Amino acid sequence: IDKIFKDDAMEEKGERARMASFIGAMAVADLVKSTLGPKGMDKILQSTGRGHSVTVTNDGATILKSLHIDNPAAKVLVDISKVQDDEVGDGTTSVVVLAGELLREAEKLVASKIHPMTIIAGYRMAAECARDALLKRVIDNKENPEKFRSDLLKIAMTTLCSKILSQDKEHFAEMAVDAVFRLKGSTNLEAIQIIKKPGGSLRDSFLDEGFILDKKIGLGQPKRIENAKILVANTAMDTDKVKIYGARVRVDSMTKVAEIEGAEKEKMKDKVNKILAHGINCFVNRQLIYNFPEELFADAGVLAIEHADFEGIERLGLVTGGEIASTFDNPESVKLGHCKLIEEIMIGEDKLIHFSGVEMGQACSIVLRGASHHVLDEAERSLHDALCVLSQTVNDSRVLLGGGWPEMVMAKEVDELARKTAGKKSHAIEAFSRALVAIPTTISDNAGLDSAELVAQLRAEHHNEGCNAGIDVISGAVGDMEERGIYEAFKVKQAVLLSATEAAEMILRVDEIITCAPRRREDRM
Amino acid sequence: MALAFDEYGRPFIILREQDQKTRLKGIDAQKANIAAGKAVARILRSSLGPKGMDKMLQGPDGDVTITNDGATILEQMDVDNQIAKLMVELSRSQDYEIGDGTTGVVVVAGALLEQAERQLDRGIHPIRIAEGYEMASRVAVEHLERISQKFEFDADNFESLVQTCMTTLSSKIVNRCKRSLAEIAVKAVLAVADLERKDVNLDLIKVEGKVGGKLEDTELIYGILVDKDMSHPQMPKQIADANIAILTCPFEPPKPKTKHKVDIDTVEKFETLRKQEQQYFDEMVQKCKDVGATLVICQWGFDDEANHLLMHRNLPAVRWVGGVELELIAIATGGRIVPRFQELTPEKLGKAGLVREKSFGTTKERMLYIEHCANSKAVTIFIRGGNKMMIEETKRSIHDALCVARNLIRSNSIVYGGGAAEIACSLAVDAAADKYPGVEQYAIRAFAEALDSVPMALAENSGLQPIETLSAVKSQQIKENIPFYGIDCNDVGTNDMREQNVFETLIGKQQQILLATQVVKMILKIDDVISPSEF
Repeated sequence: IDKIFKDDAMEEKGERARMASFIGAMAVADLVKSTLGPKGMDKILQSTGRGHSVTVTNDGATILKSLHIDNPAAKVLVDISKVQDDEVGDGTTSVVVLAGELLREAEKLVASKIHPMTIIAGYRMAAECARDALLKRVIDNKENPEKFRSDLLKIAMTTLCSKILSQDKEHFAEMAVDAVFRLKGSTNLEAIQIIKKPGGSLRDSFLDEGFILDKKIGLGQPKRIENAKILVANTAMDTDKVKIYGARVRVDSMTKVAEIEGAEKEKMKDKVNKILAHGINCFVNRQLIYNFPEELFADAGVLAIEHADFEGIERLGLVTGGEIASTFDNPESVKLGHCKLIEEIMIGEDKLIHFSGVEMGQACSIVLRGASHHVLDEAERSLHDALCVLSQTVNDSRVLLGGGWPEMVMAKEVDELARKTAGKKSHAIEAFSRALVAIPTTISDNAGLDSAELVAQLRAEHHNEGCNAGIDVISGAVGDMEERGIYEAFKVKQAVLLSATEAAEMILRVDEIITCAPRRREDRM
Repeated sequence: MALAFDEYGRPFIILREQDQKTRLKGIDAQKANIAAGKAVARILRSSLGPKGMDKMLQGPDGDVTITNDGATILEQMDVDNQIAKLMVELSRSQDYEIGDGTTGVVVVAGALLEQAERQLDRGIHPIRIAEGYEMASRVAVEHLERISQKFEFDADNFESLVQTCMTTLSSKIVNRCKRSLAEIAVKAVLAVADLERKDVNLDLIKVEGKVGGKLEDTELIYGILVDKDMSHPQMPKQIADANIAILTCPFEPPKPKTKHKVDIDTVEKFETLRKQEQQYFDEMVQKCKDVGATLVICQWGFDDEANHLLMHRNLPAVRWVGGVELELIAIATGGRIVPRFQELTPEKLGKAGLVREKSFGTTKERMLYIEHCANSKAVTIFIRGGNKMMIEETKRSIHDALCVARNLIRSNSIVYGGGAAEIACSLAVDAAADKYPGVEQYAIRAFAEALDSVPMALAENSGLQPIETLSAVKSQQIKENIPFYGIDCNDVGTNDMREQNVFETLIGKQQQILLATQVVKMILKIDDVISPSEF
């Protein structure tokens, strides 16, 4: 009668529960471990859905998002990597690897009979101390715009060097920094449009100052407009229905049908005339434009673009400074958008519409070119990471050196703290510093270098006050990170540190796992 | 057994299809029930106290919850056993009534059951045990009343409230920043409290969470937070001194509820209908503008055209706002919810000092802050945290803290935590036992022993020697006759709970003892369990 749960429910207690969650979390961490660092490898993900579509990626968040995991502790790690992606955009792999290492160390401590609560207390102290250590060494160049720009450029390059774009990282870093500077401090990445067009090579990708809409120009309409006045609209241009509920057409003869049809046409014509009364020469609508009104627009020499998606419209409104209109009765008070030139351009073999010389320089487009869709998708993800990091750094301009430097700085401080702390907590603090060192170790392991040798060298270097040494994976030696220009954003490192500690703490606190009976699905025959 | 004979010797059936049912009778039934109750209590025992561990629960759909809150654990673990369900109910009723101490109540009940089992083995009748427990619980509650202390606070001096909330929060995962969270909870409760009537309506406190940021970023907003953005991307993002029209009617042409048909059979009709429609939209927006509204909050959606008209007339609007939020906005801004445009008048508008839109992180997530409201009686606690589980757990912890603060405003008596109150009660009950002649005496002593299980579990979870620690504290209490000594869970170095500032509410403790006794009495009185057998 000891059974109190439902049939399929499971209960795991004490040591077993802890082991299950440690193993699950570490398995996930090991899975993404090999993608860490500039020489990290990629993973192929094949979806189980129809088409078995394939993704090739190096992005931790993307990999973890597509896993189907049953282990509850592993889910916690997937969750933190997702949040890291949303909040700062980069460091998604590092956060999982660090959390995994913290748990690996914790497992050893638990095995040597240290209570999980003691470990947590130690980890907390260590995390606090590590953060302070970083804060002491941050570099802030906000005052000096030129230097700040070069900092950003270096951060972008560091972020990109672990991705597929590493071959052309200077090119892409320039692009990303330019794009982010145009945002003028806002973190709204919506304003940066990324268009992917297969063909050409990655090097052919470019940043366009204007705005590119992936649409075609209607037949018989001008292909090039200078000094365009644009009306951005969201209105039905097919058949403008009567919206009063329950209204319907009921007639008793064919002539009446014709009459009503005429009236409908008249109504549409009215609408078009009203739109034309705004004195525009370009009309962009979110919804469809039927042939009849399109013809009317063509007659009036107005460029009409139909079916721009919602984001495209919003962005266009943002770029040209026009408002998104749905009614057209007061032409004098509707704000129109302006741009110097609209023309049709060709990228590869696709025709696109290009708006240049726009009023507000906030938005811009990045056109990515590449050999295949997989390359383009991965390039987009990498660029997105870089853009995220940059836009966050613009707001919080503190930067750090990269290449394992921050980890070593933290580890050193934490080690010092461990020596000063009395009681069992010091073991946990020591373990924390070991977990931190595991990151440069992994980076050099992934690059096929002798990690033990390099990390030992690095540690010795860091014994000197104010040293800038880190691991330069390209040359395979310890070097001055400042000279090599490897920088990282402080915000990313801080988020990695704090969320990894939080996740490890959460998993450590668990002493029992109760799995409910899975919900029975009705078998649909 | 279930077969009886009438006066003619014919058998008749009392229990239908008894061969398909399992049946437990007498002492076996009680033993089985006690075992089930104990099993539930054992699960929760390790979660008690500041050093208690968490449970990881995987729901039927694979979702993961990590929590330390007794009520949540029991609710989610989906038990099958009837008696176990009773224990779940027990924890839930403590949650509804008090909001805190949900783990403690189950641990006490488990201990009472364990003691009852021992008495049953001695051959004491279950009813006598139940009666003994009843008497003992009365003694304990009275004693609690005696050792309780009043403490004073007012709107400006709420340090003692914060201390009590911190005791509650210290057992949760959020104990890293318990100080700031406790302050937030107390300020929130004081903001909505009616100190005259000593009542707090917790519905006025909205707890909202958003993944991202740090726990430290959690903030208290004197106003409302709505997880929506402006209906048109180009509407202003910030409105000062807003007059808010709160509408529950859609910005769409009317839809009469009676069935009707509007037939269009001539061109003229088509034209007039078209004109009417245009006019209708215009009128709606005009109406809002006329009464002086500078922000429209609507429960329903807008038509594209209405949306643009609003934007055009410079009237920002928010659509698809939920009913509960709408009500809170109405309370906070002192506005009235208007169901029809015709009824819109300037008096019905709500007032807010500042309405602003704020975006978070790299994804396009925005929220609407409505602050400096006319009537600041509605507040929002906005929780940030590393991941979804963290936010959910913080929400639960904040809920507990809010409940504690509310209970203190209702009645400002406190007892000391850390097991001090339980030890004091145990001593009182033990002393009282000798006065009762009869078999109940044994049950009363058993009750006293059961109360010891709470400090025992606290000591055990904190890694102390349970028996050694408990007996030391007990003798200290008797020697100095001071009921403030408890278990030193945080290893501070003193057993004096006054110094450690570990308080709990009197009603919370009393409720725990009463509820646990009731459930145990109920379980003891069951002597026959009939359940359909597995098939």
